[in-house]
Amino acid sequence: MITPLTTERYGKPAVFIACSVPLIWLILKIFAVGPLQLGPNPIESIQDTLGIWGLRMLCATLAVTPLSWVAGPLLIRFRRMLGLFAFTYCGLHFLNYLILDQTFDFAAIIEDVIKRPFITIGFLGLLSMAPLAITSTGNWRRKLGRSWNRLHRLVYLTGILASWHFYWQVKKDLTEPLVYCSIIAVLLGMRIARTYRRR
Amino acid sequence: MLIRHKPEIRSSEITPEHNYLNRRGFISSAALAGTSLLFATSCSGADNKNSAPTGNHTNLDVNSLEDITRYNNFYEFGLNKEDPEKFSGAFNASPWSVTIDGEAEITGTFNFEDIIGPHSIEERIYRLRCVEAWSMVVPWNGIPLGKLLQRFKPTSKAKFVSFETVYRPEEMPGQRAKVLDFPYREGLTIDEAMHPLTLLATGLYGADLPNQNGAPLRLIVPWKYGFKGIKSIVRISFTETRPYTTWSDAIPTEYGFYANVNPAVDHPRWSQARERRIGSGLFAEKQPTLMFNGYADEVASLYAGLDLTRYF
Repeated sequence: MITPLTTERYGKPAVFIACSVPLIWLILKIFAVGPLQLGPNPIESIQDTLGIWGLRMLCATLAVTPLSWVAGPLLIRFRRMLGLFAFTYCGLHFLNYLILDQTFDFAAIIEDVIKRPFITIGFLGLLSMAPLAITSTGNWRRKLGRSWNRLHRLVYLTGILASWHFYWQVKKDLTEPLVYCSIIAVLLGMRIARTYRRR
Repeated sequence: MLIRHKPEIRSSEITPEHNYLNRRGFISSAALAGTSLLFATSCSGADNKNSAPTGNHTNLDVNSLEDITRYNNFYEFGLNKEDPEKFSGAFNASPWSVTIDGEAEITGTFNFEDIIGPHSIEERIYRLRCVEAWSMVVPWNGIPLGKLLQRFKPTSKAKFVSFETVYRPEEMPGQRAKVLDFPYREGLTIDEAMHPLTLLATGLYGADLPNQNGAPLRLIVPWKYGFKGIKSIVRISFTETRPYTTWSDAIPTEYGFYANVNPAVDHPRWSQARERRIGSGLFAEKQPTLMFNGYADEVASLYAGLDLTRYF
């Protein structure tokens, strides 16, 4: 029986573990545990893994609300955790770029952010998540009242920026980024359709 | 916190392949001379094992065979770097033939052995710089392209040389995906093709080229981005006009015909000033990219007066 109690007691830990698996897997690869390996370009491998999981978590976060319309409001209880996982993966994606890839070469980073649109877009996407992560606590939610909801609509922008970042980064085959762009488009489109139907 | 860690033993030094640089000492020793002949046979007909080293390559830190064979851009076998190693098993590089046509006195289709046979295989250790801003150092075996081309007596109309990769969608799963306009084609000016650094590679680390590296015959132009190094070549044509080249014709704003390595001219989406050296580990900084990939002394004169920003 799915109740608020079972959701809190079993559902949330299960989702937490599931969301941690890609990160744990990556850490095992970094330390070359058993047959796991990052391959000849480990920094790129870390970067791609964190980036794609950040985008997947973001899609999952954005899917919660439309799913709750059919599956019931209990689902909403998972939304914050998924959002924070999305922020974690995207934040680590940026830290890997900053520390391992660019080795704190700020001149190169600033040049990248200004001159290269896909990095600019990615950076803006990460920035757009920061206030959402900060105000994700119950305290902030109470303090902000109705404007909390308005503020958290910023995640729609995050979704667009993140999938756009992926689209612009790819060299030739656009299939995979287009899949993610479509998912984001559908998830946002469902919200628009619902708003119009209600009017 | 940044841990600036420079490993005392580089990965390339602990690979068995390092010994390969000294292997000639073993092979030529009297005790092994007899047995080495047994192993010197090569299924392709190119004697990569007994190739003679040419050129100056004493101070380059060679990548391991594992790096070179597991991190490849060869879209005919898939888009990911590990795909060519995984999906090239069904590819058959023997027997092989190459068609020579266009503006030359001698043209026709020749067996691999007849194309390569008259030449002695040399060993060249070259930097390889990919347009994606990563690099390796690879010990190739092969023959200078110019020496081979001369045999076919190009005419005065031969201003360019174009190359074509084999088209075998049944053996090359990536060709079925039609990501690029296959068969892959590349081209050089006749001066670039005749330059002594330009190599037609037949081997790697003293053995035949693995399928994922472009078996049995590929182009290496060390001062150009890696995508110029067309793999699994079946056609070489002398042309009067600039030939179709796959990447530069697919996305002309991002990839040029010349594609000379140039740290001052960025790709529209990323910087070309520095490169990630494959095999340098997690904590190595990117290294500065060199003009013409470090071969400026040898090749800069080819481009005297050419605006390299416009003709990138």
